[in-house]
Amino acid sequence: MPPRERTQHLIFAALTLAAVLTVAPIVLVVGYIAWLGLPAIRWEFLSAMPREGMRAGGIWPAIVGTLYLTLGTAVVAVPLGVAAAVYLSEYAPDNAFTRAIRLAIINLAGIPSVVYGLFGLGLFVLFLRLSTSIAAGSLTLAIMTLPVIISTSEVALRAVPQSFRLVSFSLGGTRWQTIWRVVLPQALPGILTGVILGLERAAGETAPILFTAAAFFLPRLPDSALDPTMALPYHLFVISTQVPGMPIHLQYGTALVLLVFVLSMNLLATVIRSRARARRQW
Amino acid sequence: MRAEAVRRWPEMIVEAFIRAAGYSAVLFVGLILFFLLREGLPAFAEVPFDALFGTRWYPIEGYYGLLPLVGGTLVVTIGAMLIAMPFGLGTAIFIAEIAPRWARELLKPLVEVLAGLPSVVLGFLGMVAMAPLVRTVLDVPTGLSALSGSILLAGMAIPTLVSVAEDALDAVPNSYRDAALALGATRWQTIWRVTVPAARTGVLTAVMLGVGRAIGETMTVMMVTGNAARMPLGLAAFFRPVRTMTATIAAEMGEVANGSEHYHVLFTVGLVLFIFSFIVNLAAGAVVFQQRKRAERLLS
Repeated sequence: MPPRERTQHLIFAALTLAAVLTVAPIVLVVGYIAWLGLPAIRWEFLSAMPREGMRAGGIWPAIVGTLYLTLGTAVVAVPLGVAAAVYLSEYAPDNAFTRAIRLAIINLAGIPSVVYGLFGLGLFVLFLRLSTSIAAGSLTLAIMTLPVIISTSEVALRAVPQSFRLVSFSLGGTRWQTIWRVVLPQALPGILTGVILGLERAAGETAPILFTAAAFFLPRLPDSALDPTMALPYHLFVISTQVPGMPIHLQYGTALVLLVFVLSMNLLATVIRSRARARRQW
Repeated sequence: MRAEAVRRWPEMIVEAFIRAAGYSAVLFVGLILFFLLREGLPAFAEVPFDALFGTRWYPIEGYYGLLPLVGGTLVVTIGAMLIAMPFGLGTAIFIAEIAPRWARELLKPLVEVLAGLPSVVLGFLGMVAMAPLVRTVLDVPTGLSALSGSILLAGMAIPTLVSVAEDALDAVPNSYRDAALALGATRWQTIWRVTVPAARTGVLTAVMLGVGRAIGETMTVMMVTGNAARMPLGLAAFFRPVRTMTATIAAEMGEVANGSEHYHVLFTVGLVLFIFSFIVNLAAGAVVFQQRKRAERLLS
């Protein structure tokens, strides 16, 4: 074997190893949590309130809280994000201001989650007097999620061939009719994928809700959007760092529930994407 | 005429909303900066300027030196990138250039799963499973150290690195590869001398975005780095507990009185983080723009 081919063999082996070593821990992490968490999963664990300083009972209020926060985030971030993506792909002129918008989106995507928490505390909790609440937390998470939804939706909208728009215009459709009846339906699977991936991130985040929504322990479920709430990620943080004598299997159980919640969203996004790819007419 | 006007009205409202939504990203960045300044700037009046650049962070006694926190963030981030770059870029090259189709279809969703893992889950696992392992293997007093933080942060930065770098490699026209192969280059020579250099701006963006990810991560570092606010000096710092800017905010903001000195300083820390991430992303963004401009020039 000539030396340069030997080099190639060695390097390809190294790169393969790098890839294997990168993904193996992922499988290991998910498997490990499933293995140690499963024994904790019982109906009571999923459906009951915590008892005995959270060392017994269930995590129902944390599950409900994460659902509320995710829904609240969706209500704000989806219309705003998709509309912003429509603006960027269908309306925005190519000028300095549009470039400023793109730069702003890149920067929003890069701002640390805990800084979003500070911002939410300053604007929503204190300045707008929403107090520590589902509303304040959802708004904070929504702004954090926005860049993900905007950029993926814009890619999906831009992928719709120009000819589709031209046909609609030539039949007398207005710009908005074209977007609503032709472009958006064609881009829907891509937009949905982006929305779900964005919400997945919001559901798993802890830092932005630390000072805006999360409560250590609540004896009952929140009554309104202006109540604080428990949430799965924060609950996992609390029971693994702040509660002495916490049974370890309940910690793994909580981690598993959070993981299943988040990964099922991930799976849903993957399924939508691959089905759309198979069905696409262009 | 009238019917036309009636139909136009709702449309104008919708289009106004779309326009406003498009502008909102700029508004939000502005609002974030405004509120960080509003709550953070008073710190400069309350704490002497040079005290903020001190090497001691001990808020109870009024020591607000930011240097140990900035140092902690830098140590953990550098460590994370040293681990993430070989693995992340190696995986990206493997997926884009070498892997057979089935391996690609397997690897890409797995990397996406890693991107979706909540940081608190990784932090939890790092705390209960990895840190004890690090302690026994390295025979150090505690596994809750910068090193543990770096390992987990590498895991959080890798999905960004892989996906952005892989996109960049994918975007290199096949004619480049064909030309190199036709000249008798091996596949590896083609990758190393042609494909990777052609994708270098994108690869650089990937690294920058990975750095941004590592600087901003909060929960994992808070749970595994041991949180000792000490100046990290020398190589030994990797094996000792450190405390990052993000972890400091997350750990202390819950316990301070609104409007107090400590509260304002924590917002200042947030401001420093905002500026760090702004610079990193501006650099990454500038690279992207440069690349796009060049592509436009080539096509025109």
